[in-house]
Amino acid sequence: MDEQLYRETLLEVFRNPENRGKIDSPDLEAKAVNPLCGDEVLLQIRLSDKQLIKKAVFSGNGCAISQASASLLAKHIEGKKLIETQKLDVSDILELIGINPTPSRLKCALLSLEVLTEAIKNGSKSKSR
Amino acid sequence: MRQIAIKTKIALDTEKIRKDFPILKREIHGKPLVYLDNAATSQKPRQVIEAISNFYEQHNANVHRGVHKLSEEATAAFEGARKKVADFVNAGDVRQIVFTRNATEAINLVAYSWGRKNIKKGDEILLTQMEHHSNLVPWQILAKEVGAKLKFIPINENGELRVHSSELGKYITPKTKLVAITHVSNVLGTINPIKQTISNIRDLRSDIRVLIDAAQAVPHMIVSIQNIRPDFYVFTGHKMLGPTGIGVLYAKKELLEDMDPFLSGGDMILEVDWERSSWNYIPWKFEAGTPDVAGAIGLGAAVDYLNSLGMKNVREHEKELTLYALEKLSKVKNLVIYGSKDIEKRSGVISFNIINNKGRVAIHPHDLASILDAEGIAIRSGHHCAQPLMEVLGIPAAARISFHAYNTKEEIDKLIPAIEKAKKIFEA
Repeated sequence: MDEQLYRETLLEVFRNPENRGKIDSPDLEAKAVNPLCGDEVLLQIRLSDKQLIKKAVFSGNGCAISQASASLLAKHIEGKKLIETQKLDVSDILELIGINPTPSRLKCALLSLEVLTEAIKNGSKSKSR
Repeated sequence: MRQIAIKTKIALDTEKIRKDFPILKREIHGKPLVYLDNAATSQKPRQVIEAISNFYEQHNANVHRGVHKLSEEATAAFEGARKKVADFVNAGDVRQIVFTRNATEAINLVAYSWGRKNIKKGDEILLTQMEHHSNLVPWQILAKEVGAKLKFIPINENGELRVHSSELGKYITPKTKLVAITHVSNVLGTINPIKQTISNIRDLRSDIRVLIDAAQAVPHMIVSIQNIRPDFYVFTGHKMLGPTGIGVLYAKKELLEDMDPFLSGGDMILEVDWERSSWNYIPWKFEAGTPDVAGAIGLGAAVDYLNSLGMKNVREHEKELTLYALEKLSKVKNLVIYGSKDIEKRSGVISFNIINNKGRVAIHPHDLASILDAEGIAIRSGHHCAQPLMEVLGIPAAARISFHAYNTKEEIDKLIPAIEKAKKIFEA
């Protein structure tokens, strides 16, 4: 069961996460906190002129599942059209992280998706202003 | 010469006790359940579960209303439970025991009914750095509403409150109206010297009211309200082997008499006119609507059960387990334990983390808890509803084990290799 939750591939991502970092003046960004455990994820996105995600980075701290999920999602959306990433859902995240968390830990896994949705929403708000 | 080494006899027969708790037979992920999350909620003995089903099967009726037989039985059982609770904490006059949903609701009741009447703009409410959110947020809301100020008594490096009479004077001012302190910390396990603290407060200013949050105290030790002499004292049923949905507010009679109702409606009135109503006598003035009759009866059964064990024995048993666990845990490399090392000042609550050589949390408590869960071991992880305290400790979260009468040393023996397993998985 735990071996299922903490598969070596996921732990490897947690230990050496790709796309971890911060960028100056991102086009989109959002931060979310999981009140249950204090997991924290900040996602920052730089867009190309064609609404393509040129760069996506995350920072923050928290459990292995939330941090690995943020890393994998950031990597996954790079090079994709912004509009494409809006279609991402729970099943996509689960596929990315390759595990099926218990209900209480699902929140940790989905924090990254929540931040992405929020970042896109923030972006469209600032544009309409 | 006095004999120093007196072998203490085992305080409780856990083997027998465990048979009373049906849930302890459960297997979790194919392993026997090791339940170490008692500070969150305790398990319930058969006697409590049966008291509740027996009420519904044999005596169910509304209380304080009907003149028929069942209603009289239900009322007698409900009020009998109140008496049991009053005696259990040596509260004196039973009318000083108000049933609420939980400890949180009891604190909200005080904040609403007493606070709004007595705390004014510029007044100060003194809390501590180790309060649970339930003894913090209601005061934040009240303070914001009336323009009062919150102050906090800090903790020292051992996780103890700085409440010596010399230090207390720094926090008590002419504007202090209320001091609200936890009896036992749900994170650090610290048993605060509340009797002495209350006495010190009254020496400084006799008109200050003191509320004690005893959610983590009453389930685990002998409590005598008449000895402690607080103004308000709150606790909850579900942490003391009772059901969820029933909590207790003790308040001094004269305070209850003076306070306005919290919720209003049925059962809390004497007379109702089209325009106005007069309030029922205490404690019913504060129990609007049909109360949790079965919950109160279940709590009464829990009190009977705890009395049959003896609270002195419960405390001794938990002390023994805590000492044992502290010793075992302190041998785990890179494991840091928070709170006092003095067993006399500590209840059966141990918070800890696995750290790396830089002193930072190496395994997030949620990850640790998930790995332990796979071994059938239930612990709590997170900020334990005490986020400001986590900030003081400089950690985002912690893992916590907490005991009750049915826990055993064998369970602690299972915990240690499970923690080692987590360390192996995380290479910590």
